[in-house]
Amino acid sequence: MKPAPFDYYDPDSVEEVLDLLQQYGDDAKILAGGQSLGPLLNMRLSTPQIIVDLNRVADLEYYKSDNTGLRVGAMTRQSTLEDDTNLRTTQPILAASIPYIGHRSIRNRGTVGGSVAHADPAAEWPAIMLALDGTILIRNTKGTRTVDASDFYVSALTTDLEPDEILVEIQLPNWVKTSGWSFIEFSRRHGDFAILGVAAYLTLENRRCTKSRIAIIGGGPIPIRTSKAESMLIGETISDALLKDVAEQASKELDPDSDMHASADYRRHLASVLVLSALQKATERANKSGGK
Amino acid sequence: MVQEATDNSRLIKLTVNGIEYERKVETRVTLVDFIRNELGITGTHVGCEHGVCGACTVMFDGQPVRSCIMLAVQADSHSVQTVESMSSGDQLHPIQQAFWENFGLQCGFCTPGFLLTVQDLLSRNPNPTDTEIREELSGNICRCTGYQSIIAAVKQAAIYMRQE
Repeated sequence: MKPAPFDYYDPDSVEEVLDLLQQYGDDAKILAGGQSLGPLLNMRLSTPQIIVDLNRVADLEYYKSDNTGLRVGAMTRQSTLEDDTNLRTTQPILAASIPYIGHRSIRNRGTVGGSVAHADPAAEWPAIMLALDGTILIRNTKGTRTVDASDFYVSALTTDLEPDEILVEIQLPNWVKTSGWSFIEFSRRHGDFAILGVAAYLTLENRRCTKSRIAIIGGGPIPIRTSKAESMLIGETISDALLKDVAEQASKELDPDSDMHASADYRRHLASVLVLSALQKATERANKSGGK
Repeated sequence: MVQEATDNSRLIKLTVNGIEYERKVETRVTLVDFIRNELGITGTHVGCEHGVCGACTVMFDGQPVRSCIMLAVQADSHSVQTVESMSSGDQLHPIQQAFWENFGLQCGFCTPGFLLTVQDLLSRNPNPTDTEIREELSGNICRCTGYQSIIAAVKQAAIYMRQE
């Protein structure tokens, strides 16, 4: 088992990457951390003619916070963010989710941009991007554009990216202090892909919910925001009865698969249980942070 | 400069266990196959070959990675350490000693990956709890031991290393 032959390029600037993509288009495959592409190459489920390796593009490995929020360069390793303890207060939901991404040896290679762009519905980053209203900065030889995460995920493993484009940065807005959050994943073994996971985010003002996000991992072919369930919370005072109804509604908005790990029905059931716990925890945290 | 791929081979230079090597390598060759087959350093094991079992774990610039889902060309101008870097001659590394004393291995196939993963764990967390050990080792699969003796070995190793 080893990859089929390919032509290999490892340029050290974004400009050179973009030139190669313009030249080769669909024949080229971008290699970031390689933690998903590597296995696909080894099993020859992916046999690209050209590989464009981003690992020598130092300009894509950075992250910084400013008054607009957190900006993370595409080639930033997951373990780099994991080791920054400041993120636990400045971006708590993100910091909580990162240890769930595979294992430490995976996070040492795996990149933020790779995970966001690979669009695995069972992965953590796409759901985090949805829950936090993240945006995605994209470049090609002609210029840059920004896409909201909610418009980025199109269908199974497919994003809004064109063959001549790369994801260069992701952006998360600054954390609203009166918010509560929760991140829950259920899997058989730590580090496995989640059978189901929930990222929940609530903002409360005068005890009423002004903003709600419920993003589901493993709930369908793409990462999903359960928008009907979210809207049931807006303007309302949070009660346990309401959260139960919201959790039920969220599970109805999913389109999960049956596979050897779990049936679709079980995943839907799990969603109603996990969304309820996530919303309860998020409410508790929002109350504590002064959002009452 | 974009390097023209005139054929599918590259000349790479890398350091493995402190020794510098220069070899021509086909770009599709994985790092673990390169280390074993080209360099003849066979302590690193090839298990699942798709990044699941952890047997092929090596240190890449000091961080544990899975060498079966990396390409050898990606190691050009980088530094790699394999399980062979742990002992000095017949003197076992304290982690190896603890695995030996606690029956932390039976067939030994998964052991190189476990040892390096534990080395990284203890460098970041010198006194891990049972739960932390289990979480950190969840990416390494052992089909012999049932893990209990491995957990015991890690706790023993932690004591040895704190004493050092």
